[in-house]
Amino acid sequence: MTLESMAPALPEIWLAFSVMALMMVGVFAKPAGAHKLVSILACCVLVVAGLLVLYVGGERQVAFGGMFLVDAFGQYMKILVLLGALLTLIIGKRFVLAEKMDRFEYPILILFSVTGMLLMISANDLMSLYVGLELQSLALYVIAAFQRDTLRSTEAGLKYFVLGALSSGMLLYGCSMIYGFTGTTSFDGLSAAFDGDIQASLGVVVGIVFLAAGLAFKVSAVPFHMWTPDVYEGAPTPVTAFFAVAPKIAAIALFVRTLIGPFGDLVAEWQQIIVLVSIASMLLGSFAAIAQNNIKRLMAYSSIGHIGYALIGLAAGNEEGVSGVLIYMAIYLFMNVGTFACILAMRRNGRGVEQVSDLAGLSRHNPLMALALLVFMFSMAGVPPMAGFFSKFYIFMAAVNSGLVPLAIVGALASVVSAFYYLRIVKVMYFDEPADKFEGTSLGLRIVLSGTALVTLLFFLAPALVLDPATAAAAALFG
Amino acid sequence: MTLGWPLLSLTIFLPLLGAIALLFIRGTEETVARNARYTALWVSGFTFVLSLAIWANFDYANAGFQLVERQEWLPGTGIAYHLGVDGISMWFVLLSTFLTPICVLASWEAIQKRVKEYMIAFLLLETMMVGMFASLDMVMFYIFFEAVLIPMFLIIGVWGGPRRIYASFKFFLYTLLGSVLMLVALLVMYGKAGTTDIPTLMQFGFDPKLQIWLWLAFFASFAVKVPMYPVHTWLPDAHVEAPTAGSVILAGVLLKMGGYGFLRFSLPMFPDASVYFSPLIFWMSVGAVVITSLIALVQQDMKKLIAYSSIAHMGFVTAGIFAGTHQGVAGSIVQMLSHGLVSGALFLCVGVVYDRMHTREIARYGGVVARMPKYAVVFMLMTMASVGLPGTSGFVGEFLILVGAYQHSTWLALGLALGMVLGPAYMLLLYRKVVFGKLTREDLKSIKDLNLREVAVFAPLVVLVLWMGIYPSTFTAPIEASVSALVENYQAAAAAGAEGASALAAR
Repeated sequence: MTLESMAPALPEIWLAFSVMALMMVGVFAKPAGAHKLVSILACCVLVVAGLLVLYVGGERQVAFGGMFLVDAFGQYMKILVLLGALLTLIIGKRFVLAEKMDRFEYPILILFSVTGMLLMISANDLMSLYVGLELQSLALYVIAAFQRDTLRSTEAGLKYFVLGALSSGMLLYGCSMIYGFTGTTSFDGLSAAFDGDIQASLGVVVGIVFLAAGLAFKVSAVPFHMWTPDVYEGAPTPVTAFFAVAPKIAAIALFVRTLIGPFGDLVAEWQQIIVLVSIASMLLGSFAAIAQNNIKRLMAYSSIGHIGYALIGLAAGNEEGVSGVLIYMAIYLFMNVGTFACILAMRRNGRGVEQVSDLAGLSRHNPLMALALLVFMFSMAGVPPMAGFFSKFYIFMAAVNSGLVPLAIVGALASVVSAFYYLRIVKVMYFDEPADKFEGTSLGLRIVLSGTALVTLLFFLAPALVLDPATAAAAALFG
Repeated sequence: MTLGWPLLSLTIFLPLLGAIALLFIRGTEETVARNARYTALWVSGFTFVLSLAIWANFDYANAGFQLVERQEWLPGTGIAYHLGVDGISMWFVLLSTFLTPICVLASWEAIQKRVKEYMIAFLLLETMMVGMFASLDMVMFYIFFEAVLIPMFLIIGVWGGPRRIYASFKFFLYTLLGSVLMLVALLVMYGKAGTTDIPTLMQFGFDPKLQIWLWLAFFASFAVKVPMYPVHTWLPDAHVEAPTAGSVILAGVLLKMGGYGFLRFSLPMFPDASVYFSPLIFWMSVGAVVITSLIALVQQDMKKLIAYSSIAHMGFVTAGIFAGTHQGVAGSIVQMLSHGLVSGALFLCVGVVYDRMHTREIARYGGVVARMPKYAVVFMLMTMASVGLPGTSGFVGEFLILVGAYQHSTWLALGLALGMVLGPAYMLLLYRKVVFGKLTREDLKSIKDLNLREVAVFAPLVVLVLWMGIYPSTFTAPIEASVSALVENYQAAAAAGAEGASALAAR
């Protein structure tokens, strides 16, 4: 193998080497400044990785004997993941310091999981899929329990690990079934095996079901969502913010790539599963969130609902649907990072508060933050002219055009239910009598907050910035 | 005076610019409030003047869309930034720009807390309303149609009465539920026709079977907005809890969005379904007119009474629209304009005494004519306009609708005429109880008459109500051409549909 043949994996290689280097930096730097130094370096590493992703480009390239694939789809998703990781690292800075989480392993673990995510996105083989997924998951299990002295964080980590291991098991079982009945693990090989209208054998269908179940766990779609509220609530807030964006986006990318790529011709076999999962997620996400008072738990249900919407696009199973998913995930990234920036700013008397009622009267003593959160809430509810409306619009359009009108109707009705709890947050901020002020926030958080709010609010001015790359990325998957 | 300016865009986005400018006002609470009031008044006043230029540039003979602006927007979908007005929408644009400065002026003293945010909300609301009436693309229309909910939700929720939270949630969720079904229908139409361009879709001719479903989805949205009995329950709550100016906009413009939607979408795009469902509409309209009039008779709260009267008046409008005759459609547009002015003025009348006495209970008043003669005159004129006295704007609209309804069916006209009898009953009752009688209450004895600001608020409304009543041609002339075109197309489609149905039956 020549060095040039590894070029498509440049961002991943860069990440892997820098993470190892950063570990050395962390160990040998003065303990007092180690966290700060490693954090700053980690941000730089992420930025360079992003540039490398752009440098490698969106042309279809294969490396490592067909295990690893670069295309416009992967490029798009990788940028989103890297952006999500970078932004959540920035907004979590002050929380990490205040909660004594400032050990240098924190950014390193995040980078490890990001490396895993990029590998997942580029997977072109069931083996590389699994390796990427596990690299990501193992790092995530550890950071969920990063506040190891608090009961809730440890519990979250343990729960995540046990259920995650179960889902990995299911996924692996599905992979082995597929391998057993087709004799190949390569996506290209699988795609060729199912070309045209060859009937899939029962074994393959069972394999796909298990594979989908494992992936549904990773994106926290109903009925594999049970871990989400507990892990979101228990994990330290910056970690929750990270969980809500980067791994979700990577897992959705993997979901789309696996079902559309090798099993694209079997759309009739898996479409019903996705439709069912999507409906269940939207409904559960809307109804269960109504009763939540903890804002992190509420966001967990909200993210379950959002994944339900994104899966509508996958259920459509065509290019339009996939581009809908891609648009959805980009907008989801900005809305969620912004919302979590607000949640991270909810600190009083040196402690983070996480009840919805703690936001009472925020519009009085912090009008800009309240305005930003209002934008995010209306956007998540899908009210125009916020970005969230456009993401739902494209998803519904794909559903309607591929004949899934009932799915679009269920989604539209569920969005009305979910509007109730998003409105409740607006109500608490704007209509209720003010509670005590929050503490000041870091500059980085304020920049990220206003940036994401502006993107969400002004998306309609230049929609092409997201739409064009998303369309190109979707086309690459079908090309 | 055609300057080649994008008049509609300017009218839409000038208030938005004003709202952005307001964001940057700094200083003590006192100065911020004062500057916010004046900025909002100047911006909305100037917007109104600008919108007069739309009227000046409007060609009465042209039935199509005028002052058209078009810009590509969402790539790859053909969904464009497309603006234009025809005879149907032109007056609604002006109604919105006319009522906003009045609302700002009416809130001058009534709103004391968070004035800046209040004015921002009103200017945003103006942008959304004008944008909605001027949109020639369904997606744009939907965006403005929905976005109106955000400022209105905040206006009710922040500056409203004691049950404001309940009312604001009910308002938002009720209308959102209706609208999302319209969104799905809109996407189905896009899937079939491949465009969201309103003028193109008007010519498209959807499959009659599909029309039924599309019509129902649009109906869900517009019926809630109008509101039609029995999906009206959000309106009394929203009206009672909203601040005075919020009620004015709600009754004056937001309810018209439903009627406008029927005229812009249901009638021209789904003529077969409209014919099919028109008996349903008639039953609902007549039911609304009679039932809500009876409900209005027993109200204790002045605002609630006027809210129910709005539902009754909008019942006339829906009946007029679906009668599908020239007089019916023209009458419903005039009625909507008139109702926008009159109900707005009536809510302002309630606001005047509410600001002084802080109660809206009818029984708490009586005999205010002795202390407030000017107020009594204005209130009487608006009461008369509301019941449709000849010489006021209310008469023109109701008369035309009755003519149109009579051409369609005697029974429909009879049902609506019942409402014309019941209308005076509750309005005159309200007027007598509040204004006439003996002035017995101690606290009423020191009540003050309209001040200069309030006179300035009412004067333009009074002028327009009389103008529309005495010389309605000013208002009906621009709508003639568009209404003729609409009615002709509708009747042709209806006739074709009937032929098709009989041919089907003969086979």
